[in-house]
Amino acid sequence: MATSANRFEHRTNAIDRLGRTVVYEGEMLRHPVYTRFLHWMTGIFFFLALLSGFGIYLPWIFRFFTPIFGGGAMTRLLHPWFGLVFVIFFALQALNWWNVMRWTPDDTSWMKRMKAYISHEEDMEPDTVGFFNAGQKLQFWEIFIGCIAYVITGVIMWFPEIFGRGLVAISYVIHDISALIMLFGIFFHIYLSTFGEPGTIQAMTRGTVSRAWAWTHHPAWYKEVTGRDPYKDMEAERQRIERAD
Amino acid sequence: MADRKTLQIQQISAHPGPIAGKGMAREPEVCKLIDTTTCIGCKACEVACVEWNDMPFQPTMFDNTYQTMPDTNWNYWNLIKFNETQHSDGSFAWLMRKHQCMHCEDPGCLRACPADGAIVQYANGIVDFQQENCIGCQFCVSGCPFNVPKFNPSTKKVYKCTLCSDRVGAGLEPACIKSCPTGCLHFGTKDDMKFLAEKRAAQLRDVSGFKEAGVYDPDTIGGTHVIYVLHDINKPEKYGDLPAKPRIPLSFTVWKEFFKPIGLIGAMLGFVGVVMHYVFEGPRREQPTPPVKQIDPPQPPAGKEN
Repeated sequence: MATSANRFEHRTNAIDRLGRTVVYEGEMLRHPVYTRFLHWMTGIFFFLALLSGFGIYLPWIFRFFTPIFGGGAMTRLLHPWFGLVFVIFFALQALNWWNVMRWTPDDTSWMKRMKAYISHEEDMEPDTVGFFNAGQKLQFWEIFIGCIAYVITGVIMWFPEIFGRGLVAISYVIHDISALIMLFGIFFHIYLSTFGEPGTIQAMTRGTVSRAWAWTHHPAWYKEVTGRDPYKDMEAERQRIERAD
Repeated sequence: MADRKTLQIQQISAHPGPIAGKGMAREPEVCKLIDTTTCIGCKACEVACVEWNDMPFQPTMFDNTYQTMPDTNWNYWNLIKFNETQHSDGSFAWLMRKHQCMHCEDPGCLRACPADGAIVQYANGIVDFQQENCIGCQFCVSGCPFNVPKFNPSTKKVYKCTLCSDRVGAGLEPACIKSCPTGCLHFGTKDDMKFLAEKRAAQLRDVSGFKEAGVYDPDTIGGTHVIYVLHDINKPEKYGDLPAKPRIPLSFTVWKEFFKPIGLIGAMLGFVGVVMHYVFEGPRREQPTPPVKQIDPPQPPAGKEN
């Protein structure tokens, strides 16, 4: 079934025209320049906000982070700005990906077989997995909700004289919890895009993935874009390798 | 300052490791006693505070009360709060309360502070801000049950009453005490001031007809190093935002001390999890993968179970 969640539609904008994406033989376009730009800006400011936040979160463990940003006072001064820029870039990415991140019933059934995904029970993903799988969507929506929590609680802590003592004390806990969940999630994000699923990182660097990567991890997207059956193509490739041996 | 025995440090905000010299000095805890029943609202203590701490004089703001200005400020640490109240028998009273830092035994500001060494508590009980270490986050403002720390927006530092730690360190009484003309302010050891306050409260109850008179030394924060004698100990709120049961928000005690490290360990389990996944399960490769030669550990030979 072809739904909008299987294919990422993007109209070329000014930032796309600043760069180029070369798709070599046997590859597919995954992320255009604009998406990659937003991703890495979000990533840079996420880590700046994370590291500067560490120094304020548990100063007796992370006291070595504050000197990086020019001392405690400067860390405190910069942290809200890092966070704000992170949220702005993520918001742009959310608009960019809004359609393709929509939750579908297929995603709910994917979540139920999460264990099979983790333990690699099947070589290929099921044919319901489109441009993003449910795990990726879950992380996206976690960051989306987390960013809303960051902004509300962050502004309260930024201007405590307006909002008062009680709200600041509550905000501080919510801000921390949001950061802890996001920190927990970022390990999976980095692992799955590098060591965990080889061939993935180039989607966000050069913007392309191999056809084999596409039919393995996102069969419905492969089918939608190429109009070919991912499982038949994989089988044909396997027989070609065996004949070559 | 820390090398001066009279200001031996007891607690340091957000400080890893032991506190040098803690518990070393034979330091009696100091205390300021404010007898609100004998305060005439002359503001001598406000002037003395500004004079001794070398802070600029402020324009007063007349709002039809006998209060100098609405609230304390980052460069105005001591304020006589004026409140008009009606007793249960219908009679009126003017309540004058000297408002300044209470120097809590368990300071909410110090608990909330995330900057190493920005807030210290001396062994004698004085809680002091060290502005050179302050990062300007204002968590102390929300940690304080008495609304004492005040932020300077231009320098991004927080200030408050020091209980004249510089004078006390040199064996002198605080400037406000020195200036009080009615003897409503006293300074000495905590034990002495507590004794004096209880005696005065008993006198008010037995002789002066203030049946509810008592001593304000709230035990919810382990007591304070500034105590009050009040006409009515049951309603401290009447004296202008003096809470009956001051408390430090749980987010600066339970969350900060206990759940923050646990939460961090929880988040780091994500890192452990992905490393272990790679070790036990390995990567998920694009299909088709090359034919398998051997899986380690070797599979048990077929039919061995029977």
